[in-house]
Amino acid sequence: MSGLSAIAKLRYAPAIVGIAALALALLVMEFLIRVDVLNRFIIPMPTQIFEAFERVIVEEDVPARFLLTTREAATAMALLTVTGVAIGALLHRVTILRLACETWIAAFASAPIVLMYPLFLVIFGRNSTTIIMMGFIAGLPPVILKTIEGLASTRRVLIDVGRSFNLTQRQLFWKILFPAALPTIFVGLRLGLIFALINIVGVEFLINFGGLGQLINDLAERYDLAGTYAAIVFVILVSVLFFALTERVERWLRPAD
Amino acid sequence: MVVASTARTDLSLQAKNADGILVVDDIVKQFPTPEGIITAVDHISFAVAPGEFFSVIGPSGCGKSTLFNVIGGLLDGYDGRVTVAGDIVRGPHASIGMVFQEESTFPWRTVSENVAFPLEIAGMSKRVRLDRARHFISLVGLDGFENRYPAELSGGMRQRVSMARTLASEPKILLMDEPFAALDEQTRLLLGDKVLQIQQQLKQTMLLITHNITEAVQLSDRILVMTYRPGKIKRVVDIDLPRPRTSEIVGSDAFGHYVAQIWSDLREEASRGLRDDESRTLHAGARR
Repeated sequence: MSGLSAIAKLRYAPAIVGIAALALALLVMEFLIRVDVLNRFIIPMPTQIFEAFERVIVEEDVPARFLLTTREAATAMALLTVTGVAIGALLHRVTILRLACETWIAAFASAPIVLMYPLFLVIFGRNSTTIIMMGFIAGLPPVILKTIEGLASTRRVLIDVGRSFNLTQRQLFWKILFPAALPTIFVGLRLGLIFALINIVGVEFLINFGGLGQLINDLAERYDLAGTYAAIVFVILVSVLFFALTERVERWLRPAD
Repeated sequence: MVVASTARTDLSLQAKNADGILVVDDIVKQFPTPEGIITAVDHISFAVAPGEFFSVIGPSGCGKSTLFNVIGGLLDGYDGRVTVAGDIVRGPHASIGMVFQEESTFPWRTVSENVAFPLEIAGMSKRVRLDRARHFISLVGLDGFENRYPAELSGGMRQRVSMARTLASEPKILLMDEPFAALDEQTRLLLGDKVLQIQQQLKQTMLLITHNITEAVQLSDRILVMTYRPGKIKRVVDIDLPRPRTSEIVGSDAFGHYVAQIWSDLREEASRGLRDDESRTLHAGARR
């Protein structure tokens, strides 16, 4: 029994330490606000944020907003996966294109794309498509770059094994290059997701269209600070949801890792 | 026991006439480098008979791996030709199965899925190919590990998976480039036994590229000794040791005699390689 409990301890230890660290940080915040080291009119107390959850969920229709933001993020993510990986694979295959484009794609990753939202509004109108496209464009560079990196770093000997079995170019890609590159591609997808989600919530906030971003804007303008932070927690939940999903898909595709 | 060794002068002619399943005929391969053209393989010819275990041995940098890639069809732009049962090799050939020096299992596939890989490419149904894979897994002595991933296996086991994967494609010739180079001496001797067993069971023609004298003598019927750069034939040694063999042969006088003989051939070449290496390092340092 003691052996079993030791294993259980080992397995859940990181999660327990993580939650304890978060709880400790919240406690410290609570304390610092209560003793007036931090200004309670700028930063609400964690207990106030917890109290605000129920109110925000019931009064501000959080489930529908959560779903809208999740749906936008999911669509952007699907577009990112298909387009980003395809462009990455193309650039890996055509050396001249890669040499020509890789640098400016990397530079593009650091551009403040969110500031281009008026242009997207003109092109797509004030609707979900604008938000999805902003998220998609913002998340594209890391997916492309990491796809190229993953494919290019496939060990030479694995490609030689494929060649020795007389694989066609298509077989070589799908049977060897792509599975070998998957872990790196998933790093790109996770980075892309972060960029996409920041932009999705940011544009929701800016164009006042709907979703969690708009809710954050509304609550901030009403000076409901506890509610604002509670809404931000829901954005984090969307992110957690997608991270868990990508991890699950990766484990399904590469069960050995 | 009489140690028979023959220095052959006109191997090119002999290769043409030989009744070999694999004929390597007058191969010359050069590479352009900043220091000029380097001849990696210089007029190498030999023929391997069906069911024979033939080894090519030489010091590091003698062009062994170049020869491996030429025979395997992974390298072109050379003079001369390689034929398998009369068919000219113009790229990877279905009759030649390659086992690489570097660890080459697919980490995302189980042992079964790795071994079944060539059968999957051949379009066999999943049930049939996994069934056949089991036979080759058993042949290399990995029963019970079918559903494990390479990361769960030792280096020696992973090399056996690679070998089973190549054997599953049922090649006429198994071409191996120092497959056990990364393993310790004891594991290498024991895996040598496994290779001997497999060869006997399948009557498999095998061509081993190696720099390990013990391994070459333990396994081979004939050993081709190469010179250091440019890689030419120095001598072909017939290994007249009884078969079936095991690693126990390592302790015999005849074995020791062959090892000493090949070392005396190789010693001069290996020393030349070492001197060359040192002088290149020295020059590179001076340039900096």
